[in-house]
Amino acid sequence: MTADLLAPVHLLDAWRARFEDLTVELAGRHDLAITLAPSTAALAVRVAPGAAAVAEVALGVPLPTRPLAWEPTLRGQSLHLGPDEWLVTDVAATSAAAWEAVTRPALAAVGAAASDVSAQYADLRLQGRAARELLSFGCALDLRPASFGPRTCARTLLGQSGVLLVGHDDGEFQLLVRTSFAGYVAAWLLDAAEEYR
Amino acid sequence: MQLIPCPWCGPREQTEFHYGGQADVAYPDDPAALTDEQWAHFVFFRDNPKGPFAERWFHSAGCRTWFRAVRDTRTYAFLPGSSA
Ligand SMILES: [Zn+2]
Repeated sequence: MTADLLAPVHLLDAWRARFEDLTVELAGRHDLAITLAPSTAALAVRVAPGAAAVAEVALGVPLPTRPLAWEPTLRGQSLHLGPDEWLVTDVAATSAAAWEAVTRPALAAVGAAASDVSAQYADLRLQGRAARELLSFGCALDLRPASFGPRTCARTLLGQSGVLLVGHDDGEFQLLVRTSFAGYVAAWLLDAAEEYR
Repeated sequence: MQLIPCPWCGPREQTEFHYGGQADVAYPDDPAALTDEQWAHFVFFRDNPKGPFAERWFHSAGCRTWFRAVRDTRTYAFLPGSSA
């Protein structure tokens, strides 16, 4: 057997049925759906102050300058996580290692760095009108659209776990969780959703 | 819960931060030239004012950057505009 016969399995695959049960049970009553999104190739990009514009060219992906902003790219997302830090994803990249290998020298030339962090996050999606309230049970950010609208992303705490929270155009919340905390966050979400059952 | 103003993220809950002690403690120019006593003063001795105190804070659960802020030790209030 060779490695390419292995099918990717979501880190939280064991939780999938419970999220589906929840979504079915709440349908029409509370409008909440929690789904698992396949993980994508992702690079952590660190850029020296003032070099974002040149790094953007070397990377071939826009790097949003506004704090806590993200932009869709041709094949993924570009998220501004900190003053010198971005997370760039690519749904089409078959090998993150190869992507890193071509990106790294191009970025090094402009004083920036890229690291393959594809295995770092599990990706969950929360949809429906109750999604914002559910998250606010364990997250201190003001998640109302006026302050946390579409194209906004923030690393913060959900319960006891650090998460990367990403707002989408259609009111959907994307939750990127460190792999070692994914089980905790899955359990936390189901527990918080007991409120609606 | 107290909010701490991160210069990049804006106000966030205190649990997202780690305290970094007194700000503006300069590393000695020539550490090897210091006596043990002078070195101990650099490593361990800190001001303990009653009133405004310049401190280092790390936004560990957010943008993961260090910043400097002035906090009044009597009230815990961060001085407006002091985060940088
Ligand atoms: Zn911050």
